[in-house]
Amino acid sequence: MGELIYLDNAATTKMSKEVVDAMLPYFTEQYGNASAIYSFAGKAKEALTDAREYIAQSIGAEAKDLYFTSGGTEADNWALKAAAEAYESKGKHIITSKIEHHAILHTCEYLEKRGFEITYIDVDENGIVKLDELEKAIRSDTILISVMFANNEIGTIEPIAEIGKIAKAHGVLFHTDAVQAYAQIPINVDEMNIDMMSASAHKLNGPKGVGFLYIRKGLKLRSFMHGGAQERGRRATTENVPGIVGFAKAARLSFDTLSDKIAKETALRDHLIERISDEIPYCRLNGDRQNRLPNNVNFSFRFIEGESMLIMLDMQGICASSGSACTSGSLDPSHVLLAIGLPHEIAHGSLRLTVSTENTMEQMDFVVDELKKIIDRLRRMSPLYEDFLKSNQ
Amino acid sequence: MYSEKVMDHFQNPRNVGEIENASGTGTVGNAKCGDIMRIYLDIDENQVIRDCKFKTFGCGAAVATSSMATELVKGKTVQEAMAVTNKAVMEALDGLPPVKVHCSLLAEEAIHAALWDYAEKNGIVIEGLEKPVTDISEHEEEEEY
Repeated sequence: MGELIYLDNAATTKMSKEVVDAMLPYFTEQYGNASAIYSFAGKAKEALTDAREYIAQSIGAEAKDLYFTSGGTEADNWALKAAAEAYESKGKHIITSKIEHHAILHTCEYLEKRGFEITYIDVDENGIVKLDELEKAIRSDTILISVMFANNEIGTIEPIAEIGKIAKAHGVLFHTDAVQAYAQIPINVDEMNIDMMSASAHKLNGPKGVGFLYIRKGLKLRSFMHGGAQERGRRATTENVPGIVGFAKAARLSFDTLSDKIAKETALRDHLIERISDEIPYCRLNGDRQNRLPNNVNFSFRFIEGESMLIMLDMQGICASSGSACTSGSLDPSHVLLAIGLPHEIAHGSLRLTVSTENTMEQMDFVVDELKKIIDRLRRMSPLYEDFLKSNQ
Repeated sequence: MYSEKVMDHFQNPRNVGEIENASGTGTVGNAKCGDIMRIYLDIDENQVIRDCKFKTFGCGAAVATSSMATELVKGKTVQEAMAVTNKAVMEALDGLPPVKVHCSLLAEEAIHAALWDYAEKNGIVIEGLEKPVTDISEHEEEEEY
């Protein structure tokens, strides 16, 4: 085939031409500082206002409650650290899940070292947070619940509305990391009782280096960045106008075609899932089959290791990712795959393929055909497979 | 991230397979860490390694180091094979990324484990050979960030 087949859209996405075009004037023509008084900066300020209004309404929020950040990681750090600081007089207990992104988990570890107590809630075998366990974990000193909207590795969509209901009933703040979900599936912060929400532009064909944190009106979160009066004094630094304009354009393009986008991605996803399940033995689909991001496919293949698979796919021009230890730089495979109960050796053999509307069915067929050959080759090299075949003789 | 030699040995691994009634076999590593290597040796009456095969579950570097290790010990006497250290394997592959050095240690361990098996079966002593460690994870220290 020879062409690049990009199936790592959960890692980052290609920027749309329209997004680049929308951003360009704000680098070279409308470069004024949005905080300036003179009329020349007016266009930049207007663009900022429009972007904020558009993105806010896309999640059913008010514009003044939306704060632009440098990305999802900053938004997650800000939400957790600032909420911990603001409400520590009420209590020092935070609840999260075992399958959060490291932007949440490592921030929780940071807070643990500073005297906060964190409860990490289990998930079921499909990665869905156990609601009964979550509700039981709430104590009088619990100040925050943070559960991701959808998981970046296995694509499971969490029961966010239910969690929001539980949090509200107990008077606990609820933050959700929606980096994988925003502009991919519908979200409404009021209907779902979300108090804080993080998102990032580069997951939806927007630019890298821009994201937002939604903070419900009335929350006493302090600034994370001290300096100027930007973002209502809560996040100093000159606004990244081109990035924010690009973010809003990308969100607009996504929402304008959302049902088509979901339908197309789901068709590609399901084709991959069906063919892999039918044609490759000893595999397991990771993540929930129904409550699943439209673009996510994640399988574990027994007896083989993920990095080998990725290198061989790369040789065919296929970009994918894995939860194996070798791809993470540690000896442990993905914490998400371990949390859904996979034994280490099966977690090491995982493969994540995340599609976009630019992919085609022909590409999906090519990927499965190549994957079959690769897995067969690696299994023939594997001592685990040899032992398995001998034990079955 | 990998040298051309590593990629070559990963793409075209030498000596993949099994040897029936091998003179010595050794399996090291563990599935928990994501690397398992198994080496088969066919050794003649003059203690020369006539043939060597491997099977590996692991990353690109694990496959390449196993492949290179089998190449390096083939045709050598068991005593000469003791000189095939992890350093020798790494050098022959034009180096490995720092996080993959443990793969070359595993290759050395696998050769030693197979030699140990051969020595035990035949009641001989190979100078410098110690009973192999089968779990390398105990030697690994996690980095703190």
